[in-house]
Amino acid sequence: MDELLFLRQEVAPELLAGVWMSIKLIVPSAIFGFFIGIVSGVFRVYGHPVLKRLAGLYVLFFRGFPLLVQLYLWYFGLPRIGIYLSPFAAAVIGFSLCSGAYHSEYIRGALLSVKKGQLLAAYSLGFSKIRAVFSILLPQAMRRALPGNGNEFIYLIKYSSLAYMVTCIELTGKGSILANFYFKYLEIFAIVGAIYLVMVSIATWGLNYLEDRIAIPGFGRPKYN
Amino acid sequence: MLQGFIVISENLPYILGGIWVTLTVVVGALIMGLSLGLVLSVAQVYGSRVVRRTVGVYVWFFRGIPLLVLLFLFYFGILANLQIELSPFIVSIIVLGLISSAYQSQIIRGAILSLPEGQLKAARSIGMSDSKAIVFVILPQAIRLSIPGWTNEYTIILKDSAVTYALGVTEILARSRHVAERTYQHFWIYILAGCIFLLLTYVGTKLFQILEEKVRTPGYTQ
Repeated sequence: MDELLFLRQEVAPELLAGVWMSIKLIVPSAIFGFFIGIVSGVFRVYGHPVLKRLAGLYVLFFRGFPLLVQLYLWYFGLPRIGIYLSPFAAAVIGFSLCSGAYHSEYIRGALLSVKKGQLLAAYSLGFSKIRAVFSILLPQAMRRALPGNGNEFIYLIKYSSLAYMVTCIELTGKGSILANFYFKYLEIFAIVGAIYLVMVSIATWGLNYLEDRIAIPGFGRPKYN
Repeated sequence: MLQGFIVISENLPYILGGIWVTLTVVVGALIMGLSLGLVLSVAQVYGSRVVRRTVGVYVWFFRGIPLLVLLFLFYFGILANLQIELSPFIVSIIVLGLISSAYQSQIIRGAILSLPEGQLKAARSIGMSDSKAIVFVILPQAIRLSIPGWTNEYTIILKDSAVTYALGVTEILARSRHVAERTYQHFWIYILAGCIFLLLTYVGTKLFQILEEKVRTPGYTQ
């Protein structure tokens, strides 16, 4: 009983602050990352050859470097060439750029899977290339990319724990500090893990709902795994 | 920049030494993940309802919690409470292996489900027991189909292995950090570390492609 009271009074408020910080990391990173992914995905399929190469290099490096190395580069590396970032900014930039590279892959794959005739039909109606891509191809491709993008959002929730490694104190960071302070590693990390499980489960459920909602009747809903 | 290169060339052997540590962790985790994942996938496809549920919960658990939290939970929480002393290196392999087993079980499960149903029936009709049919007919095909999935899994585990530095495993990132702290060349050192990972990803992917080619059953395409 004492244990429960202690957890409720001492640990819960701190952990909630950590959850809030995690959400503040995850939401902007998800939005920026998704946006970067769309832009670089479109560049990789329909861009000018130079843009194509650049976007390809971006994806190669940001998918190839471990996220933790990227975070270290932003937080510890950039100051050596004169750019200073707060832990929060470094984490958001790191997460956005890394997940953008993964989103870009899903969107590229989805764009390539849209039938070529769609673009030709748009041209024949007098659409410019940019308009055709944004109003004809992307709306179809995004629906196909959504399962992959959704996975990436879920990965982002889990990888947000790495922000702790660049001293941005979010849920894992709070948990670690509390565990060290009260010397209750098992209980506190179990709670932290449970909170992540809840966040991931809610996100999974929400994304499934979204997929069903935006499916075009008659076009089927592609099921991956 | 010049100084960066001097520092790198002086400390390259030390950082490259981390490759062995990283690769041991990754290969250990992959093998553990494969052996557990095989059992889990078979249990999830052919098991009773209770078994299937249990495997489902296991997969949900290990796919839903961040690696860093699991590392802390196992190393500082569970193992310390049970008073089992294991080195961070071993704990890292175990935790990465458990996570990987959850993912690999889904890869193999997908492969098993993609096989034509007739395979199992044919095996039964020539008098094989179910367990024999699974071991000698289903799994050899399913494992071949799983290789592309493993390639992905390898690249993910490889990159995740950098997180084990949090427990003090002296892999590539940890060694880079040591050098960077000493020489103040963080930027170039971390770029180097990233490039080593990139190279390992590339070589590993190529090796898996060769493996896929090697074990392909001639004349048999899915």
